[in-house]
Amino acid sequence: MAKYIIKRFFMMVITVLVIATLTFFLMHAIPGSPFNEERGTNEAVQANLEAFYGLDEPLYVQYGMYLKRIATFDFGPSIKNPTQSVNDLLSRGFPISFELGMITIIVALVSGIILGVVAALRHNGIIDYVAMTVAVLGISIPNFVLATLIIQKFAVDWQLLPAATWSSPAHMVLPTLALATGPMAIIARLTRSSMLEVLTQDYIKMAKAKGLSPLKIVFKHALRNALMPVVTILGTLLAGILTGTFVIEKIFAIPGMGKYFVESINNRDYPVIMGTTVFYSTILVFMLFLVDIAYSLLDPRIKLAAKGGE
Amino acid sequence: MKQPKTENQSSSQQIPDEWFKPIKKDREKAENVVRPSLSYWHDAWRRLVRNKLAMSGLIFLIFLSLMAIFGPVFSPHSASDINLPNQNQPPSTTHFFGTDELGRDVFTRTWYGARISLFVGLAAALIDFFIGVIYGGVAGYKGRRTDSIMMRIIEILYGLPYLLVVILLLVVMGPSLTTIIIALTVTGWIGMARIVRGQVLQIKNYEFIVASQSFGAKTSRIIRKNLLPNTMGPIIVQMTLTVPTAIFAEAFLSFLGLGIQAPHASWGVMANDALSTILSGHWWRLFFPAFFISFTMFAFNVLGDGLQDALDPRLRK
Repeated sequence: MAKYIIKRFFMMVITVLVIATLTFFLMHAIPGSPFNEERGTNEAVQANLEAFYGLDEPLYVQYGMYLKRIATFDFGPSIKNPTQSVNDLLSRGFPISFELGMITIIVALVSGIILGVVAALRHNGIIDYVAMTVAVLGISIPNFVLATLIIQKFAVDWQLLPAATWSSPAHMVLPTLALATGPMAIIARLTRSSMLEVLTQDYIKMAKAKGLSPLKIVFKHALRNALMPVVTILGTLLAGILTGTFVIEKIFAIPGMGKYFVESINNRDYPVIMGTTVFYSTILVFMLFLVDIAYSLLDPRIKLAAKGGE
Repeated sequence: MKQPKTENQSSSQQIPDEWFKPIKKDREKAENVVRPSLSYWHDAWRRLVRNKLAMSGLIFLIFLSLMAIFGPVFSPHSASDINLPNQNQPPSTTHFFGTDELGRDVFTRTWYGARISLFVGLAAALIDFFIGVIYGGVAGYKGRRTDSIMMRIIEILYGLPYLLVVILLLVVMGPSLTTIIIALTVTGWIGMARIVRGQVLQIKNYEFIVASQSFGAKTSRIIRKNLLPNTMGPIIVQMTLTVPTAIFAEAFLSFLGLGIQAPHASWGVMANDALSTILSGHWWRLFFPAFFISFTMFAFNVLGDGLQDALDPRLRK
């Protein structure tokens, strides 16, 4: 087990390093300096600016500095807005994005699993068809389309809930709904199909024969095994939710990290782009790492596979 | 199945024994095949046709492709001509889907958007197919060190959040259709490679592969002629499911302002333009692109599900 964790941890570090390197060289592949376009900067000012951001050093020195900064989690100042550092932006935006992401994944998990279980228990019944149609629709409707529809209906037409910003629980309902529907649909479909598979197993028949209550069979015997595939895709879902926050935060004017990221792209603010990308990737890779560990803890069979090298 | 000559049957009393005549044994006839044999593809097609949801998805996609090719021809309006006096007209007989804030015809623009979405989707699926099949095929077939090195690379790439990579590439290379397709395929082929590798690992020890090898066939020939045809089912399903992902990504990026640039129309661009006017009640400007994005993705998803059931009956619930 310890060996497996160490191996996975090592992979994680390499992945982050690859992302960081990729980001660095991609950003430096852009011709010109970020200050070229600014009006009214003469050469002296420009040289000064470049020295301030360390852009006058040779590339390998810059790369070394950059890696050092990443290791110490200091991403330097923003270019468009030099008074604030990338760290400021992250510490301001991240808690909000994190909150949105966590609420979303919890809502998606709970409702998706319930929907999937009910559909599986009523296999080929009306509830099953309705639930699965809703699920395929949920997968097919892009989150930004859903978000605009939701705003139109709930906030504009019915005036039920506020449409923008992030200040009270009421403000959180619509963005969470828009963001959680897709993952919920995926979870519901997956839960349903693995639940159907599990329900035909012998130990379920055994449990029924013992006279256990249906609730106990579902929750204690069936669901535990049926949820394994859901755990597997949790990492991918988190990635989807994370990128989903970009548009959702833009549409709902939520001052999270996604909003800063989108703004930094439009402003070509390279330190912010690099900082947020590396930050996002690190979090994501770390989540994938946790999911893998959780999976191997939940399913003892994984350990054997890891020993044999897949 | 029938046992007419046994004693203890009540039903045999109603059927007189004379009715049973021994059939002349005819060696020639016994070998005859009465029904034409169904090939794998024929059988899969039959199963697919029976799946109503998947078929309606297929029909919608055929309709959409036809409209993407011929739709702009039917319309007297161009997709990019600006006609300011005509701005924000609701749907009517001259403008079926209304007009946008620059007076452009939403009907024509929707079909141009269909062209772009379908093109992006198909291009991404095809490129993923080529890279993924070669990579996965080689990794799975070669095995050992080659496989473990190739799979380590995939593991690292798999950790990359793909939309972030796509956004980075778009920032560096500048937004255009080509960039979007390149960016989408940079990480998109991984899923395909994994599936192909898994399949190849399963099949490569079968006798017909060993036979091929013993005849001295080259690796590339074995992959092309023996392994691939037997892994086509999962590959096709994966391709069908890649298309909606790519369409979503294009719309998502265009919506963020990173995708197709004006004056070109894509569904994501149209939805993004319409977003600011949603409060003024020009519902048609958002409705049509949103409807077509969702329905196209829906159609590809149900078709992919249907193909999965049709091509791999073992997996059916």
